[in-house]
Amino acid sequence: MTKRFDFKRFVADNVVVVIFLVLTAIATPISGLSANYIIQDIITRIGRNSFLVFSLILPVMAGMGLNFGMVLGAMAGEIGLIFAVDWGISGVWGLGFASLVGLPIAVALGWLCGSILNRAKGREMATGYIIGFFMDGVYQFAVLYLMGSLIPMRSLAITLSRGYGIRNTLNLDSVRQSLDNLAMVKVFGFNVPVATYLVVAALCVFIVWFRKTKLGQDMRAIGQDQGVSNASGIPVEKTRIIAIVVSTVLAMVGQIIFLQNMGNMATYNAHRQTGFFAVAAILVGGASVTKATIPNVFVGVVLLHLMYIVMPRAGAELFGSAQIGEYFRDAFSYGAIALALVLHAWRKRRGVEIDRAGLRRNTVSPDAKGGQA
Amino acid sequence: MRKIKEFAADFGWPRIIIFLFLVSLFIVAPFVGVSISRSLSDTLNRFGQNAILVLALVPMVQSGCGLNFGLPVGIIAGLLGSTIAMQLGLTGWLGFIGAVAICVPFGLLLGWLYGQLLNKVKGEEMTIAMYVGFSIVTFFSILWLLLPYSNPAMIWGYGGAGLRTTITLDNYWSKILNDFLAVRIGSGFVFPTGMILFFALCAFFVYLFFRTKTGTAMTAVGSNPDFARAGGVSSDKMRTVSVMLSTVLGGVGILVYQQSFGFIQLYQAPLYMAFPAVAALLIGGASVNKASMINVVVGTLLFQGILTMTPSVINSILQTDMSEVIRIVLSNGMILYALTRKTKVSK
Repeated sequence: MTKRFDFKRFVADNVVVVIFLVLTAIATPISGLSANYIIQDIITRIGRNSFLVFSLILPVMAGMGLNFGMVLGAMAGEIGLIFAVDWGISGVWGLGFASLVGLPIAVALGWLCGSILNRAKGREMATGYIIGFFMDGVYQFAVLYLMGSLIPMRSLAITLSRGYGIRNTLNLDSVRQSLDNLAMVKVFGFNVPVATYLVVAALCVFIVWFRKTKLGQDMRAIGQDQGVSNASGIPVEKTRIIAIVVSTVLAMVGQIIFLQNMGNMATYNAHRQTGFFAVAAILVGGASVTKATIPNVFVGVVLLHLMYIVMPRAGAELFGSAQIGEYFRDAFSYGAIALALVLHAWRKRRGVEIDRAGLRRNTVSPDAKGGQA
Repeated sequence: MRKIKEFAADFGWPRIIIFLFLVSLFIVAPFVGVSISRSLSDTLNRFGQNAILVLALVPMVQSGCGLNFGLPVGIIAGLLGSTIAMQLGLTGWLGFIGAVAICVPFGLLLGWLYGQLLNKVKGEEMTIAMYVGFSIVTFFSILWLLLPYSNPAMIWGYGGAGLRTTITLDNYWSKILNDFLAVRIGSGFVFPTGMILFFALCAFFVYLFFRTKTGTAMTAVGSNPDFARAGGVSSDKMRTVSVMLSTVLGGVGILVYQQSFGFIQLYQAPLYMAFPAVAALLIGGASVNKASMINVVVGTLLFQGILTMTPSVINSILQTDMSEVIRIVLSNGMILYALTRKTKVSK
């Protein structure tokens, strides 16, 4: 049977992507922003955000859904940056130092998160979400009360005037855009942060390679069926923990890259939206709870951020209020996540029913997708 | 000794620890200059304020839909009720009852739609409910700006369009339940009789509902869907009814909350309102698929008690405001505990 391109099927399978494409296609001309401005902004944002989004791929492979617990990694990265600023290590070395400080924290948090998720099989996503909230409290405790009192801080500029705790906004001047500016190349008049892109490319290579290793194969097997994997001698629980640990570490590095581009850090809020943006991006890019690829990440980052750039302006032009545009994009991002999750759950259930019907009598149309569609 | 251990295991260690923590807060309070009668009064007030929102979670837990993180759907119905009642110029009792009357049909409609959606995604309700809640709150943020409200007490002074972020209920129905038959003892203690009575009434109705044929069928669907189906109960229908009931109760719950708080909070305010309610229910000893009226009462009292006591007591002891951290860790820790606990009832 030749594979014919079925337009209807394609749209049905990628309905979230299509909705976003149509939406941004309408909003972009309305916003009246110049193409140059938009392209430059997108180039910057790909460098800034894609690393964070990549951290979601491994847990999806291992069948653990979208790892909302990646927020823990973001917190580890922020703690690393606080120390890098405190010790006055500047430039790319500062970023490296921050990653080194963040690494053990991210590994520990990832291990903790993975262990908790192992006790909540079947509802990893909701649990991961709450772990993020929970750790936010612990992070606040550590940064607001312990730093400067129990944990020695050297710089007075970043501590609160009462003597302990870190200020609300951390100025990252010493490391600002140090990775981006390491090799800034002008291509057709656009500034392309080549060094950041190289780091992202290296991560892509790592993920492609990792999929082929024994560990990567184990993860995919677990993602397919935990029972069978266990029977064939794969340590299910341990492998799931490793997937989360790697994801947390990647999120840690991702958050450092994100913040060096932003240039300053809202100490107590910077990580709150990280999970939401990453998850929205990968879902808008066409990923599902059980399948996420490298193209999904790039398509998602471009589409989501294109909307974030044009929507406030489009709202201002259409309704005379940028606020409406901002609510609009928030509503669509949340809606996109909800829709993607609903479609996935719905397809899975339909798949199970088709499988069942197929067992009873072989009367199902060959087009029907069975199992985990 | 064994009996105590069994009792502890049955009651759940986290609940015991939280209970002891709260008791110790009350014991310490007078020594650091915090008035007990005032604290008790605040606790009761906040109990009444939040209890119906917690009660709203029970039907969905019972019917096997899990913790209703989509509570904002009901809250939106309540917001529609109170804003429309205000727009119509209803005040006093008429205003509050009008708000409830307007909120109920919206709650039924939104709940029905929400229930249809949840029936399509069995097994993944919780994450999806969370995002359905977020979506509807942000979507209604647009509507609050665009809907043709015109009461000058509600809309922005400049521009003359769009609802304010917080609308005061003074001159409308602020504290109307709180002050109904309120009992004043001494200087600091006020018992908000009306509000507590209203909650008791709602809880009693829900209790009665679960004694009826529909209610029993709903519990059966939650405990064992296959068994319920064999008994001729439509699981989808029961789940829809439970979601509708939960949504309507959520709407009424926010109305009670508003009249006690004195303000209507719009836009992003309802975004995270489901989480404290869920935490309270779980602190009360409910699990992901079993909850009772006792859980609601005990949980809300414990949770709100701690929220009331920690800022005043802990701050007096440590001289810093740690209450926020304690609140976050405690409430989310409790939700985590419930999500990771191996429940006896299988799905």
